[in-house]
Amino acid sequence: MTEPIYRANVLVCAGTGCASSGSRSTMAALEAEVQRRGLQNEVRVVETGCRGFCAMGPIVIVYPEGIFYCQVKPEDVEELVEETLVKGRVVSRLVYEVPDTQQAVPLYEQIPFYSKQQRITLRNCGVIDPESIDEYIARGGYEALGKVLQEMTPSQVIDEVKASGLRGRGGAGFLTGLKWQFTAQAAGDIKYVVCNADEGDPGAFMDRSILEGDPHSVIEGMMICGYSVGAHEGYIYCRAEYPLAIKRLHLAIEKAHEYGLMGKDIFGSGFDFELIVKEGAGAFVCGEETALIASVEGRRGEPRPRPPFPANQGLWDRPTNVNNVKSYANVAQIIRNGAEWFSKIGTPKSPGTAIFALTGKVQNTGLIEVPMGITLREIIYDIGGGVPDGKQFKAVQTGGPLGGCLPASGLDLQVDFDSLRAAGAVMGSGGMIVVDEDTCMVEFCKYFLTFATAESCGKCVPCRVGGRRMLELLTRISEGQGTMADIEMIEEIARGMDSDSLCALGQLTPGPVLSALRYFRDEFEAHVLEGRCPAKQCVALTSFYIDPAACKGCGICKRACPVQVIEGDRRMIHIINQDGCIKCGTCQEVCPFDSVIKLSGETIEVPTELIPVGSFGK
Amino acid sequence: MVLEQTKTEDRAAFDEGPLEEILDSFSAQEGAVIPILQRAQQAYGYLPEEALRMISKRTGFSLAQLYGVATFYSQFYLQRRGRHVINICDGTACHVKGAPRLVTTLEEELGIKAGETSPDYRVTLEVVYCLGSCALAPMAVIDGQVYGRLVPEKVLKLVRELD
Ligand SMILES: Cc1cc2nc3c(=O)[nH]c(=O)nc-3n(C[C@H](O)[C@H](O)[C@H](O)COP(=O)(O)O)c2cc1C
Ligand code: SF4
Ligand code: SF4
Ligand code: FES
Ligand code: FES
Repeated sequence: MTEPIYRANVLVCAGTGCASSGSRSTMAALEAEVQRRGLQNEVRVVETGCRGFCAMGPIVIVYPEGIFYCQVKPEDVEELVEETLVKGRVVSRLVYEVPDTQQAVPLYEQIPFYSKQQRITLRNCGVIDPESIDEYIARGGYEALGKVLQEMTPSQVIDEVKASGLRGRGGAGFLTGLKWQFTAQAAGDIKYVVCNADEGDPGAFMDRSILEGDPHSVIEGMMICGYSVGAHEGYIYCRAEYPLAIKRLHLAIEKAHEYGLMGKDIFGSGFDFELIVKEGAGAFVCGEETALIASVEGRRGEPRPRPPFPANQGLWDRPTNVNNVKSYANVAQIIRNGAEWFSKIGTPKSPGTAIFALTGKVQNTGLIEVPMGITLREIIYDIGGGVPDGKQFKAVQTGGPLGGCLPASGLDLQVDFDSLRAAGAVMGSGGMIVVDEDTCMVEFCKYFLTFATAESCGKCVPCRVGGRRMLELLTRISEGQGTMADIEMIEEIARGMDSDSLCALGQLTPGPVLSALRYFRDEFEAHVLEGRCPAKQCVALTSFYIDPAACKGCGICKRACPVQVIEGDRRMIHIINQDGCIKCGTCQEVCPFDSVIKLSGETIEVPTELIPVGSFGK
Repeated sequence: MVLEQTKTEDRAAFDEGPLEEILDSFSAQEGAVIPILQRAQQAYGYLPEEALRMISKRTGFSLAQLYGVATFYSQFYLQRRGRHVINICDGTACHVKGAPRLVTTLEEELGIKAGETSPDYRVTLEVVYCLGSCALAPMAVIDGQVYGRLVPEKVLKLVRELD
């Protein structure tokens, strides 16, 4: 049976984001509607992986035109099919609108969110059906593997990857080709290839999107690596929190076997390769490569000192190459298009693209891929659309709990491994969280530190104890009990953790605090010296007051207060009894006249007894 | 200590059948401890002491080793869990968009702390770190179903609808 030639392709995103906004039912409705109208031989409905613009999901794109529809619900489907697929018109109420100007942008490539992006690692994500190996092959998939096995020697492959300048995308940015060379040169008959898909950064989901949207690209990269280092067995260590990614990986491996692209004597080259998927069990530290290896071996995932590096002594003490998902996903394209092509993208020292999960207080949240060297301002304002609700940008945090933050003055910084590190932030694994004036940097640091200390494996003292002490000091500061000596003590502990911890978790745990102290020291000092939280977030340092000039005496706050500490009567100015208030903020939310205000480090004059509305101060 | 607590309640009911099958399918596979524990937990909903004992006997790993592994990873549970499992994400993106308020709201509603199970085994409330849907922050997963852009009222409604 031959495939019909379709005049239109309707791509429905079924990534995790869109799936949770209901893309499965949209997909089902589309298929049914296409059937009902007898269009199934003209119009093809394809389920794809993540397109990156998850906040607008469910996303539906109609090709060949490239019409981009947002938030498509099953009830929109009939109109979509009628208008676009039958009559060739755009359904304007479903297209993307630029938030500030309300300008409608029907075409995918014109949407500001995509305008500055350059999709290389993610080039198939959201474009192909990830469960179809044929579609991957149609886009040039497994060509690189064929080329490598038939035309190149292992050392030629390594040279090509080295020449491309590809640096590991797992955080540290180590040269991928050089790492392969170490594994290739290591003594031993049995070697392994491992893919790190633990993605522990609590605010990053690019590895997930690649595994869900284009699993074969990772598999092909691992096989090319296997060939070049002399390994015949590979492991993908994937977080168990990513069930769809795991399912797609299993399916992709099965398909690759069916097509003779995996297993024995691939392409008649004599090269054998097998791939095994291992599920992580929920420990952030298992993303560290030696801990990951321990976990694959079935032990507690505790890091061990390096050297020896995994390249020499990894899985079961045999030479093992460990790379991140994105590092592998770039390899096939480097082989196909040549090292030179890759090295010209991005900057000379950080070639290629960077993928970020842009989240937090920006208009457009989602997954983006940009050339290295782009500025943070371009990412946050041009792609992200800036901070919503007219709020002020405060900081951008990269690298997650082991990263750092940058203030507005850092917005013109170029994004690449080296300049971010020099500024005290890091590339990390790709989380990029924007925060506005409502985030307190002390609280934000406390958050990361709470995460990192909970995830410390406890094997070495600086990390286990240092993190705890630092968290206690920060907690004191956030409660208004801190002293300037506490701030100094934090810096001293940080130095100790950095120099004496066994693995990068302990070494980098102080990162967020140190960068916050570097750029937002005044905010810490306000907590200590003035008992004031400028963002009004630290509960101990804030209080709620009813503005006596604005209160209309409606009594709504009084009824809503869960602990009944609001005094008042009809048409009387209401008063909060500060002693009993638990600062839940309910009164502020419910007041229809915005008469409840939140203060930190100051108080206002309020009546001492119930007086009629409008009579205060008269 | 935790092992003690599970004893009285579930011992009589322990059915060896499912674990038997799991152990057979993993025999002689290198480094299979974690997958065995994962499958066992899938079968029983948590890791009862009897299961650990049986795994120990069959694989040769000491009970201490198994216990060490099971307590290291946050995914393993040594105590029976609720019929419904609520995972509230407090990853960074969800955190800055108000996840902590969702947690306190549910703690108050259910009368349990995050990480605990209600005494009637109706719900287990858990805080997790990033489930990869940050663009929909703050989000939660209730019985495997993802819910995005939550506010306290919405999460309360969802939880009250659970039987
Ligand atoms: C605490 C900790 C967590 C880490 N988590 C990850 C992770 O989730 N994914 C990842 O690829 N690398 C992670 N790394 C880095 C790995 O140790 C390792 O450097 C990386 O997998 C190498 O791959 P690359 O060369 O492709 O970057 C982590 C490191 C540390 C110290
Ligand atoms: S630095 Fe922390 S996580 Fe790393 S080995 Fe030491 S205790 Fe474990
Ligand atoms: S903040 Fe909460 S406890 Fe305090 S007065 Fe308002 S409603 Fe009552
Ligand atoms: S999941 Fe659909 S765009 Fe990300
Ligand atoms: S931070 Fe909550 S889903 Fe990523």
